[in-house]
Amino acid sequence: MISLSETKKILKDNDPKSLECLAQKAKRLTEQYFGHAISLYAPLYLSNYCSSHCIYCGFNNHNRIKRFKLNLDEMRQEMSYIKNKGIENVLLLTGESYKATPLSYLKDAVTTAKDFFTSISLEVHPMDEKDYHELFLNGADGLTIYQETYDRKRYKQVHVSGKKADYDYRRETPKRAAKAGFRHISLGILLGLSVVADDLWALYKHLAEMEKSFPAVEYSLSFPRLRPIKGENFALCDVDDKTFIKIIALTRTLFPRVGINLSTREPAYLRDHALGLGITRISAESNTSVGGYTLQSPDVQEPQFDIKDNRSVKEIIRALKHRGFDPVLTDWRRIDNR
Amino acid sequence: MKITINGKKTALKSPQTLAAIVRQTCKEPQYVVAEVNGKIVKSNGWAKTVIRENDAIELVSFVGGG
Amino acid sequence: MISKKSDSLIIAGKKFQSRFLLGTGKFRNKSDVKSCINSSGTQIVTVALRRVDVERHEENILKYIPKNVTLLINTSGARNAKEAVRIAHLAKESGCGNWIKIEVINDSKYLLPDNFETIKAAEQLVKDGFIVLPYVSPDLNVARELVKVGSSTVMPLGSLIGSRQGIRTKELIQILIDEIDVPIIVDAGIGAPSQAAEAMEMGADAVLINTAVATALDPVAAAKSFALAITAGRLAHLSGMAQRAASAQASSPLTGFLYEQS
Repeated sequence: MISLSETKKILKDNDPKSLECLAQKAKRLTEQYFGHAISLYAPLYLSNYCSSHCIYCGFNNHNRIKRFKLNLDEMRQEMSYIKNKGIENVLLLTGESYKATPLSYLKDAVTTAKDFFTSISLEVHPMDEKDYHELFLNGADGLTIYQETYDRKRYKQVHVSGKKADYDYRRETPKRAAKAGFRHISLGILLGLSVVADDLWALYKHLAEMEKSFPAVEYSLSFPRLRPIKGENFALCDVDDKTFIKIIALTRTLFPRVGINLSTREPAYLRDHALGLGITRISAESNTSVGGYTLQSPDVQEPQFDIKDNRSVKEIIRALKHRGFDPVLTDWRRIDNR
Repeated sequence: MKITINGKKTALKSPQTLAAIVRQTCKEPQYVVAEVNGKIVKSNGWAKTVIRENDAIELVSFVGGG
Repeated sequence: MISKKSDSLIIAGKKFQSRFLLGTGKFRNKSDVKSCINSSGTQIVTVALRRVDVERHEENILKYIPKNVTLLINTSGARNAKEAVRIAHLAKESGCGNWIKIEVINDSKYLLPDNFETIKAAEQLVKDGFIVLPYVSPDLNVARELVKVGSSTVMPLGSLIGSRQGIRTKELIQILIDEIDVPIIVDAGIGAPSQAAEAMEMGADAVLINTAVATALDPVAAAKSFALAITAGRLAHLSGMAQRAASAQASSPLTGFLYEQS
């Protein structure tokens, strides 16, 4: 396990040769453990109702935006659209509202998604183990939960109210999910929200703990860069492309078997270069508005973040194949819920 | 009277105590552990344990080993 | 400066300065056992339990083992968990302690241990109050299970018993060293001091050696050489030497694009 000072040292090092060396090592390891496979998934925002106030997020409950929540028919319509694009792996997202999107709503969503997709992941508010277990039995197999930042002080600063303000409950979420039976768990931080080296190291530590306690789970990591919302920038520092690529490569060398996810926040040219340096999962033809695929036009609603890579699934698959990658739409197919 | 010691059939003229049998067969009884019919008999009980017809005795002690 | 005193081997709460465990089988002369214990500084030796040979009246091995050396009683001869448990109870009755090396072998061709029976024996013997050191084929899941049932160490084989092939299960042993929290003692197959050093450099907590010492022309010198190698290997591990670098393969530059942006 790398130390904090070593992490800081690597991030500080500006020598292009070191970065190239790290990238080459990361490429070798990625090919060794993943071949050229890149998993594709699509996010589906079910609701943007939120009871928490995270100052950096477009959905926060203080933000006067139009709130939407899909009903079952609307869900089916969106899911059908995504499925027809070829996607088999869906990530169901909601804002963090225990009232608007309670367990029953999520269970229905998962049950509905089962008609369309072979793999269902959730990125929703942190829940108790027994609730997660019910979702797992209903058909969900993946859980994404970002700590955002591991710095308690900063965490308190940016998560002003709502259940999200409970640092410990959130940090223990991956454990509860693992105990509940989830097979894939995704951890993450928002780069720039706090001191990058500290957060990155804390994320590594969290992952190492989970790997040791729950070795049967498949883990993946995400570190999206914090972008301004409505012109307001909450990042403490700018995370430039070089640092971002370095973080991806470093993570790959430290955790050869962990999945690394890249969202459509990043522009196409960067995504293309990052593939093969450690990235193994990307979203395709994303829409981060509730009902954004078929029900709403983009100017009606605030998306959670702006998409920079607007290519269609087909285009992405073509681009991947052209570069020698192996786009994977279905990895595992569940045969029972236990 | 027929008994078995370490898998080998032996004849005894009359019932004897385990202590007597151990003394007769082992050069260093202080290092020996005894089982009668699959049950360990503590050394302080040897003198009280009478061996009867068809009893099976196992006498083991330590040897070099990996 | 690394202090030797602070780098003790701790098994079941007991501290040892030596990381050399010595097996006492196959020695031509029992007196060599005592001399080897002295020349090597070993503090843990294994012995086995066998039927007393009523015809031959051999001297007991325990006479050649100093009282301050910890006896590790091997359940060799056991072909399943039940037999191993029985041997352990017989050993305990002797009053020579309750440290048991679980060795369950029902494969006479390779002498490979039966991992499944070993786990069963470990579970029972821990319940019965023994200090359990199981000998197994290196397997992470087996090791985890052994720790779960209360084993005090895990002893993975380096290669087949008596083969002197050295560490042939290196990657699997490394995984145990990296992932398992109890001491990992490499046992079986170590034929040369360099191999013992290799195990220690990898981070193993100790090694158990028998055949290579017992069958050497000068077992006392052999024991000493192993002891020195084990000390050297341990010190090397603690010194944190750089790992051997994998050879780099030339490939087109991957990060040049970052410097082209305006």
